[in-house]
Amino acid sequence: SKGMQFFGGSEISPSPPAPTASGNNAHMMYVFNRNGICLLYREWNRPHRTLSAQQDHKLMFGLLFSLKSLTAKMDPTSSDCKFSLIIVRLGLVGIWELESIARLFELLYASRNGGGDGEVNCKGDSQGNVRHFAFLTWFLAEKGNLGVPQLPGQGCSFHSFRTNTYKLSFMETPSGIKIILVTHPRAGDLREPLKYIYNLYVEYVVKNPLYTPGTPIKCELFNTTLDQYVRGLG
Amino acid sequence: MAPVAPRSGDVIFASVERVNAELFTLTYGAIVRQLITDLEEVEEVNKQLDQMGYNIGIRLIDEFLAKSNVSRCVDFKETAEVIAKVGFKMFLGVTASVTNWDAEGTCCSLILEDNPLVDFVELPDTCQGLYYCNILSGVVRGALEMVSMKTEVTWLRDMLRGDDAFELQVKLLKQVPEEYPYKDDE
Repeated sequence: SKGMQFFGGSEISPSPPAPTASGNNAHMMYVFNRNGICLLYREWNRPHRTLSAQQDHKLMFGLLFSLKSLTAKMDPTSSDCKFSLIIVRLGLVGIWELESIARLFELLYASRNGGGDGEVNCKGDSQGNVRHFAFLTWFLAEKGNLGVPQLPGQGCSFHSFRTNTYKLSFMETPSGIKIILVTHPRAGDLREPLKYIYNLYVEYVVKNPLYTPGTPIKCELFNTTLDQYVRGLG
Repeated sequence: MAPVAPRSGDVIFASVERVNAELFTLTYGAIVRQLITDLEEVEEVNKQLDQMGYNIGIRLIDEFLAKSNVSRCVDFKETAEVIAKVGFKMFLGVTASVTNWDAEGTCCSLILEDNPLVDFVELPDTCQGLYYCNILSGVVRGALEMVSMKTEVTWLRDMLRGDDAFELQVKLLKQVPEEYPYKDDE
């Protein structure tokens, strides 16, 4: 028979990784659920902001959605890699600039249709970029090969990209929870810290009976624990 | 950096904070008793237990994924094995076995020899038709829904009704892939 079972204190596992550098170098963090709802946005260091919160969240979600599809399609180990030639043409430098992404998608669309070279008008203002990018994201999701819906965690997935000014680290769980951490560009591999943050989410948010799943997180204890942890990250 | 391997049910069970098994059993019993008193109809109680289980399942899945480190299962067969060996072990301290696969691999049975919910329980005649452990069917259904699987979960055998084991049938209805949620391009 089972008998009495008393157990020790709970441990959040994995335990917090040792910081790789000192200082508070995380800029911001997003948590989305599978329906695109931004459950959490935390900001520690973001001097420039050109979009409204809603536009910013939508852009971020759209970017990730497209990047997931794109990276899966680009996978040279998978049977379907007809887009890799185009990547070579454009070159990888600056590919994460908004205009380059738009250009890339435009070319991919054109090549998929067997047609010529589409003109891409990327306006200089942020409004134009948002509209254009949102359109492309919608377009690819609805019409393009790149928009084939995938189950979260299935196939090839990306976990970070780096520009000259920041690094974006990404983790997606099979339940569709997406955690994005934007840090300084020299940050190391943040996959373990992201897993730890997911554990914090489970302990402080999921297990909080006053929290309704699928709604924005308003748990003070979660926010302060998160802030404390992120401060220790390299 | 090498990916971390999934942890086994025993290991996780040993590392999480747990509660006295009798307290768990008796608390669950008190809940069912109260539901019977409040709702009177046995069918209503079954539905309510399933709904409670569903509400637990949609949260439980994240704890399961966070603690067990499993990545997305390749097919439903793997899913069933993971539920039986890791999931049940992690949360209830018992493992289940998976049997009775249909030809397409979309329907199977989870057999529980040992069920902590039903210790000390005997169903009286006034509770004919009650699925005492119906919270479990809700939990499985809720958890699987959060990983894009719509399922139907029903009890085939129930020891409290005189059968020799607890048999939970899990039937995969469909996989629901993630879709781009924004409808307009604003």
